[in-house]
Amino acid sequence: MGSNMAEQHPVGFQWVMEAKERGAKVMHVDPRFTRTSAMADLHVPIRAGTDIAFLGGIVNHVFEHDAWFREYVRHYTNATAILKPEFRDTEDAAGLFSGWNPEDEAYVIDSWAYNKTEAETAGGKHEQEGDVSGEQAHGAHGFSLRHGRPPDTDDSMEDERCILQIVKRHFSRYTPEMVEEICGCPREKFLQVARWMCENSGRERTSAICYAVGWTQHTTGVQNIRAASIVQLLLGNIGRPGGGILALRGHANIQGSTDIPTLFNILPGYIPMPHPQEQPSLDKFVELNGPKNGAWGQLKAYMVSLLKAWWGAAATEDNEYCFHHLPRISGDHSHYATMLKMLDGGVKGFFAVGQNPTVGSANTKLQRLALSKLDWLVVRDLHETETAAFWHDSPEIEDGELRPEEIGTEVFFMPAAAHTEKDGNFTNTQRLLQWHHKALEPPGDCRSELNWVYHLGRRIREKLAGSDDPRDRAILELTWDYPVKGPHEEPDAEAVLQEIGGRKADGSFVDSYDELADDGSTSCGSWIHAGIYKDGVNQSARKTPGTGQNWIAHEWGWAWPKDVRILYNRASADPDGNPWSERKRYVWWDANEGKWTSLGDSPDFPADKAPDYEPGRRDKGMDAIRGDAPFIVHPDGLGWVFAPSGLVDGPLPAHYEPQESPFRNPLYPQQLSPTRQVFPRPENPYHPPGGEPGAEVFPFVLTTYRLTEHHTAGAMSRTVAYLAELQPELFCEVSPILAELRGLEHGGWATVVSARTAIEARVMVTERVQPLEVQGRPMHLVGLPYHWGNRGLAKGDSANELLPVVLDNNVHISEYKVATCDIRPGRRPRGRERLELVEEYRRRAGVKA
Amino acid sequence: MKLETSAWPDSYGADAKPRVGFFTDTSVCIGCKACEVACKEWNRIPDSPKGFTGNSYDNTVDLGANTWRHVAFVEKRVPVDADGGASLVEAAERGGLVEEAGVNTYQEGDGLRWLMSSDVCKHCTHAACLEVCPTGALFRTEFGTVVVQEDVCNGCGYCVPACPFGVLDRREDDGRVWKCTLCYDRLKDDQEPACAQACPTNSIQFGELAELRARAEGRLAQLTAAGQADARLYLADSDDGIGGGGAFFLLLDDPEVYGLPPDPVDTTRDLGSIWAAAGAAALALGAGLAAAVLGGRG
Repeated sequence: MGSNMAEQHPVGFQWVMEAKERGAKVMHVDPRFTRTSAMADLHVPIRAGTDIAFLGGIVNHVFEHDAWFREYVRHYTNATAILKPEFRDTEDAAGLFSGWNPEDEAYVIDSWAYNKTEAETAGGKHEQEGDVSGEQAHGAHGFSLRHGRPPDTDDSMEDERCILQIVKRHFSRYTPEMVEEICGCPREKFLQVARWMCENSGRERTSAICYAVGWTQHTTGVQNIRAASIVQLLLGNIGRPGGGILALRGHANIQGSTDIPTLFNILPGYIPMPHPQEQPSLDKFVELNGPKNGAWGQLKAYMVSLLKAWWGAAATEDNEYCFHHLPRISGDHSHYATMLKMLDGGVKGFFAVGQNPTVGSANTKLQRLALSKLDWLVVRDLHETETAAFWHDSPEIEDGELRPEEIGTEVFFMPAAAHTEKDGNFTNTQRLLQWHHKALEPPGDCRSELNWVYHLGRRIREKLAGSDDPRDRAILELTWDYPVKGPHEEPDAEAVLQEIGGRKADGSFVDSYDELADDGSTSCGSWIHAGIYKDGVNQSARKTPGTGQNWIAHEWGWAWPKDVRILYNRASADPDGNPWSERKRYVWWDANEGKWTSLGDSPDFPADKAPDYEPGRRDKGMDAIRGDAPFIVHPDGLGWVFAPSGLVDGPLPAHYEPQESPFRNPLYPQQLSPTRQVFPRPENPYHPPGGEPGAEVFPFVLTTYRLTEHHTAGAMSRTVAYLAELQPELFCEVSPILAELRGLEHGGWATVVSARTAIEARVMVTERVQPLEVQGRPMHLVGLPYHWGNRGLAKGDSANELLPVVLDNNVHISEYKVATCDIRPGRRPRGRERLELVEEYRRRAGVKA
Repeated sequence: MKLETSAWPDSYGADAKPRVGFFTDTSVCIGCKACEVACKEWNRIPDSPKGFTGNSYDNTVDLGANTWRHVAFVEKRVPVDADGGASLVEAAERGGLVEEAGVNTYQEGDGLRWLMSSDVCKHCTHAACLEVCPTGALFRTEFGTVVVQEDVCNGCGYCVPACPFGVLDRREDDGRVWKCTLCYDRLKDDQEPACAQACPTNSIQFGELAELRARAEGRLAQLTAAGQADARLYLADSDDGIGGGGAFFLLLDDPEVYGLPPDPVDTTRDLGSIWAAAGAAALALGAGLAAAVLGGRG
């Protein structure tokens, strides 16, 4: 679900095919019949944006048929915990949870906490705001328990305030009939999926869910994944071979770029960035951001080691290890917030490094208008992308809305090296790092990011040398001395990896994050990667062929943390430490040796902690985790069926309609996600919500997706002749019925219109897109691949021109996967006439822009 | 199974290698086109953009001088079963086929079938292109494959209509004929062809032809047992019109559906009998003339 694996991860998909050959059932739930569906045993069509209703339907089915894995749920999840009496579910509060503060448009999370505990966000707050620095309690940071377990539980899980009963009640109206009504899925197909999943889960069998941006790119994106987590926890599929939830990432190293983050609000290893007011000291930061229990209990060690990696000898106990050199985030600096500030003249300069927002981001016109307000723009890429060329080659230039003479932005294009021209790692979906060796020097002026950032930093330091401005010390005191080699003075990437992997005071490499200390004796660029240079060997460069190992292939690459290939694999053994079944044996307790052992993976658990270990009252960190609690990053060691903290939009997923939808939410009076981030302004007009006057002007559901032949915003594929010829032009996919309804000709042209703009595409009429019956009416889908832009060999309009910016407030990702539109035959008008067409639509829909 | 061709292995003697080829199992093709791109990259074939064709996801159209691997996409409705009252679940189950055999349907669902298949030169056992080539540019290699030498080919084009599959084609700006070499240069270095190496699902399998034929029989049996009644092998029979192909296929429907000829025949097969018939006709004509002339005298 939420993915199209055969098309987007064809090489990874070979393993799905292998599983299929061994009898696995493959189900694909997707608005279209794709190349993945062609290989699946069952394709279930679904209305884009209704995945929570579907998954909630599965939860409902699991309860109705008593198909949940009782022992797993009882011991390994927080289903037994009892909630406070003041907690209110969406069933009680018209689609909201208790704690909703309408002035702040945020939830106060106190009532979500386990009974007899206090809920806190990172930053020590009680209101879970999403858009202000440091107050996002991502993961389980903000939940400190006193005894390592919820203090008030009911092991029989029958108490009406225990989490199991709350969850059961929460999804009680997500019946097969409701799924059909909301999602448009034929009831029998939905039930087939539910049945197969239930039959294939339990002691003897496991089922896996693979998702991608089809789930994340929604205003309810994070809750989509939470819904899958609930399904998989109830069925006992997490931490077990053949189970799990796999996030198929959007490009080859996006996992790496969140681990060693390019995100504004986290430090390497998902440590939160500090907040200026609430965290005046290192110790206060640790107190507010680190739960005392579980793997995060050692936050201070991870943080001090990071600071030592960055500031080396300058970082001492006296200056709190240069904690105050870290930037403090003072607001929402995510991509869209930055572009909007840029649009209002608040950003002077911008680096677009391997990113092409004028094609890849939502509301691409807004992106270009924003860029035109910069003083300077630096683009590092393989080609002069649409973003680099925005000032002379763009729809606004074409239409005459903007002229190059009027754009004051000074644009620098810095050519980049390709991945074959540099050393480095790719980190994939399963947290596996694979080293790649440089095959040839980059041509001309092309340089790797490492080269460019290192020498930029070096030059800045040279300019600042001798400065006594305290502000400059943060840069001057950095350890910035990687060895360089070759004609381009290329920094040694392995030296950087060594710094990331961590060293002890004597210079030797650490084995794992357990060896990190909070006294300045260790340095480590990323605690989750600690040990990647264990024994002085680049573990990620290991390439023992699969034929020389068992299926776990532990000698190929390296996974964080600690080279654990299946995360939480303690859960593959029962509470006593024995495998749930012989067939699913993976990790188990060897009583003779007194340690956890495995078929070939690293146990994701302290090696010598016995299954019957119980923490004492004063125990902290990993010592506070019981011997039968596999989810060690949570302070209670449990899988969270219900999330008492960490999310801005609720402890449980609930179906809300997408921002733009032809339909109303039949489940709750609350129509849309209450915490979603909207930006109503002239450049970002929204369509009226489903059922409101004017919504019928854009009657069709629009979804965007990818094709195998192209890659993201096209800079790496539309510029390559062999790929450009495979899919040369933007095309839309419509059903024969919609084609007839709107007079569209197969192979001809169509114009797709939204309140943002109108674009044109070739027409592909296909039965792989079918209308669905939703709430008694036909739902028609217009599908658009999003790869095209006005540059390169294969050119075309960009699908993202049509989309508004509307974000999931947990992670600031925009709702690319669903919007509404109209479609009409023929090419789009040019110039002034295009604007007039869009104006006419806006008028009819009552949209102010 | 007769694998011998006219020139292999005899003309090579001790230098003959085992005959190799492709088994393309289209049931596991995911339509990714890695084969098309790998082939073009390895052989430095010029790009040949044709624009948006509207022919499903196939903008490559067919094999030619600049396309030596071509992935076909066919979307079609699957006919409704006789007992059409079956629920969607049952249809899905039937479509899902049998748990026991552990093999399920391919490229079908929702009553819709999306066939995907990677086409290539068949390296025929009886290769008409080889027979008609006047310069000897086309030759049979020690591996039993058919290769055209670009430094010998004079672009006469005789081979183009000779091929029953329409594989051979002249490059417009160049004049010569180009086609799949089964990566002859890689074979000489003990490497598999680029397309086979790139294929992520092992739809394209390279190996010794005898072994591939046996493997294909096994795969067909597996699919048939699982209820995939329309699965069949194509060009795996030494007695067919081309003597079996060095590249053969497992298809899930009639060959015509994939744009392949249903019963291809080596176009030079009947040359012998054609010449014999012509000779006999000439003799008869000659005899008749002679009779007329001689009888006319006197």
